[in-house]
Amino acid sequence: MKYDAEVKISLKKGMLNPEAATIQRALALLKYQVENTETLQIIKFSIEGDSEDIVRQKVDEMCQKLLCNPVIHNYEIGITPED
Amino acid sequence: MKVAIIRFPGTNCDRDVYHALELAGGEPEYAWWNQRDLSSFDGIIIPGGFSYGDYLRAGAIAAITPVIDGIKDAVKAGKPVLGICNGAQILAEIGLVPGVFTNNSHAKFMCRWTELKVKTTRTPFTSMYNAGDIIRMPIAHAEGRYFNDEIDKLKDQDQVVLAFEGENPNGSMEAITGVCDEDGQVCAIMPHPERASEVILGSDDGLKFFKGMVDY
Repeated sequence: MKYDAEVKISLKKGMLNPEAATIQRALALLKYQVENTETLQIIKFSIEGDSEDIVRQKVDEMCQKLLCNPVIHNYEIGITPED
Repeated sequence: MKVAIIRFPGTNCDRDVYHALELAGGEPEYAWWNQRDLSSFDGIIIPGGFSYGDYLRAGAIAAITPVIDGIKDAVKAGKPVLGICNGAQILAEIGLVPGVFTNNSHAKFMCRWTELKVKTTRTPFTSMYNAGDIIRMPIAHAEGRYFNDEIDKLKDQDQVVLAFEGENPNGSMEAITGVCDEDGQVCAIMPHPERASEVILGSDDGLKFFKGMVDY
């Protein structure tokens, strides 16, 4: 069975996000007053696996080993079967 | 002392480090990212640059290459390991030193001279300085802001090696820009001692990092 995996990586609450702060200031230059700007990283791929649970577990391992740094990141995993 | 200088695709301070280490009386030799066995070396330096294009995060991809196993073995064997700039980011990614070096507080690549305070002399690399010495070395990074959620523990265990003096150019916690592991044998610093290893470069304040290593 083939699945589509999506990993959404965000900074932990309270972590400074200079990229988001710069974007927010740039929007203000265009006269858009916005607050609470965040940037997220999304990584998507297809993966073969016996079940959604097994795939989710594998993707979780990937997050811990490479995709995220647990000191500063939170992550969400989305798994959907491919059509 | 035979020292491995680790090269990843995107490393760019390798030859500078090689030169500085020779000046300090060491015997440098390059080792590539896929070299698993580093047992023939007495010490290791991971130089700066942009390994793997800094994709994902600075140091993240280098941190899973085969040479990292060789570096971990060297640490177990009690050999000194120094990470400079991208090398420091890699050591933090592996978890050989605590915390992380992440995006500067202002979205800016900073490349300039800084004044630094030597905070501990218990690492091989700082053994030839006096605690409290103010030295001049350049920084060159976009992801150098030190963050650690256990900053008190870091200080209690005397793991702060270098701090910016009189300023905090990248927004690091307590202006910290160099840390070591609990034993003091693995050292990760953002400033470039190799770029301050000869008076003709503007300062030779950094040379003692390499001399201290060779003398270890």
